[in-house]
Amino acid sequence: MKVLMKGNEAIGEAAIRAGCTLYFGYPITPQNEIPEYMSRRLPTIPGGAYIQAETEVAAINMVYGAACTGRRAFTSSSSPGVSLMMEGLSYLAGAELPCLVVNMMRGGPGLGNINPEQADYFQAVKGGGHGSYRLIVLAPWSVQEMADLTVLGLDLADKYRNPVMLVAEGNLGQMMEPVEFQDSYPQPYDKSGWSLTGAKGRKGHLITSIYLEADDMERYIHKLYAKYAEIEQTEVRFEEFQTDDADVIIVAYGIVSRVSRIVVETLREQGVKAGLIRPITLWPFPKDVIRRRAAHARFFLTCEMSMGQMVEDVMLSVNGLCPVHFYGRSGGNVPSPAEIIAEIRTHL
Amino acid sequence: MIVINEDRCKGCALCVRVCPTDVIRIATHLNAKGYYPAEYTGGKCTACKACGLICPDVAIDVFK
Amino acid sequence: MQKVFGRPTSLNDRPFHYCPGCGHGIVHRMVAESIDELLLADRTILISPVGCSVFAYWYFETDNVQAAHGRAPAVGTGLKRALPDSIVISYQGDGDLASSGMAEIVHAAARGENFTVVFINNAIYGMTGGQMAPTTLIGQTSSTSPYGRDPGFAGYPIHVSEMLATLKAPRYIERTALNNVVNLTRTKRAVRKALDLQAKGEGFTFVEVLSMCPTQWGVEPTESIEWLETRLMPEFPLGVFRDARPGEVT
Repeated sequence: MKVLMKGNEAIGEAAIRAGCTLYFGYPITPQNEIPEYMSRRLPTIPGGAYIQAETEVAAINMVYGAACTGRRAFTSSSSPGVSLMMEGLSYLAGAELPCLVVNMMRGGPGLGNINPEQADYFQAVKGGGHGSYRLIVLAPWSVQEMADLTVLGLDLADKYRNPVMLVAEGNLGQMMEPVEFQDSYPQPYDKSGWSLTGAKGRKGHLITSIYLEADDMERYIHKLYAKYAEIEQTEVRFEEFQTDDADVIIVAYGIVSRVSRIVVETLREQGVKAGLIRPITLWPFPKDVIRRRAAHARFFLTCEMSMGQMVEDVMLSVNGLCPVHFYGRSGGNVPSPAEIIAEIRTHL
Repeated sequence: MIVINEDRCKGCALCVRVCPTDVIRIATHLNAKGYYPAEYTGGKCTACKACGLICPDVAIDVFK
Repeated sequence: MQKVFGRPTSLNDRPFHYCPGCGHGIVHRMVAESIDELLLADRTILISPVGCSVFAYWYFETDNVQAAHGRAPAVGTGLKRALPDSIVISYQGDGDLASSGMAEIVHAAARGENFTVVFINNAIYGMTGGQMAPTTLIGQTSSTSPYGRDPGFAGYPIHVSEMLATLKAPRYIERTALNNVVNLTRTKRAVRKALDLQAKGEGFTFVEVLSMCPTQWGVEPTESIEWLETRLMPEFPLGVFRDARPGEVT
């Protein structure tokens, strides 16, 4: 049964139905509906816990603690608060702990503004935290997908013992669209082999990320990267629109991909063979499909609400097979179909 | 009496300082780690446990 | 002949990596004894900080987690909220708790989180080579206060126990020391009481232990006891700063 729901709240409801009843967060616009929703729902659920932490630094560390026990936990924030979580994310990845972090992206750098942007791509995908690790990064484009990718994110986190980040522009969180949930979602992964539950009848488990000897650390990092290689093989997700015969291929995610789909439809009506690749996983990045399409496309246009971050990964994937152009807006401006079409026409 | 685990001892001498009957001294030989360990002289130990309580290395067992 | 004192079960027999005369080993033993006496070992999760005791987990036969610098009270909050029946112990030094983690400790205490914090205060940073701590004394030299701590530049040492005692939520806050048998006994009693109160679900418990760091103080271990008595204890008075139900005004 579909309900009309705000994107931010859909994330919270999906998490709860996926058995994630531990939430630790801090207010920051434009995601306050998430902690507020959790503060209403969680106290009514047995075993649920909601804390408004003192800072995002504390929130991500509360997630770290909760994740140690094997229970699902998540937090949410927006760009400046996510910066505060980077230390914690590095520790979570280094200690192989599952969790979901939601970033409702806003304008930056610094205090920026509360408008939507996509300028946290580098932070999410290239690692805003220190050291050798990767986050699985998911990018929804609708309220339904915000719910679905919340559930997927919690699953992937458990499956790989790694933090997962869901990134969405602030406006997706504010939008209301019909969304459908399952009554509940299963939790298929057994964590009893490593979780901290009190060492009754077993040897104590240890969760740590420090390996003082160089060889030990290198071995451990290689183990993490074997995991990341597996993720790159099996967890890439994307959507394609009319790319089979496309001369011009747009690459865009989130709200920009919705605008871009209109661009593709409009250009097709005007006789231009346009197509769209919409990454759903920003990491692992859909480089294979981009490279395959680069074999026949005349050029790519990467469209982002930033000064160009994902465009670099598109260039790496295309690897010189054809030109990769960029069009972007900043400060909260959403590119319009007309602007993107005009940009494409300058390259035709 | 007390039994000092010589290999755990780091020769900090806190036990020597705290012993009320002066039955602990620092040995003249080195242990495996290169410390001069504490040793029990065999004298009148009252099993007060002060040495055990202050030993930072849990190197002392006390017997009564 | 009967053994009347030895290594507690929850402490394994791995030799400590700490310096000769360091207080950590003493308090580790007291924590392990308390866990054993109260039969809490198989419910215990110990949080190791960043500092000399980053590897505290090497010594305890319990579940263990290592936390980022200062974050242990937040990690403990997450652990305890996820597993309310667990016994969570946050073991921290003065840099971890009073510098990097000041927000985390104040807020965990303010929320009255039902876990135990053992705060080792030796007024200096050990692991990183003897830098000034928030609890370093006026006039005390350190590698970052080579002319002695000058309050004009660096302010005055922070009294964490007194500060936390201004909050209504904590259940029990005491400061003890390791300088003699009386205070060693009081320290053990305080640690055990703190864990017992946690097990009874009575709220946030906090034991600040004035401890020795002969290496960074630049003295022999036996002299470090003198240092503790003549310099640290006058600045940080021992005693119970709060022993009341959450919300009670004292």
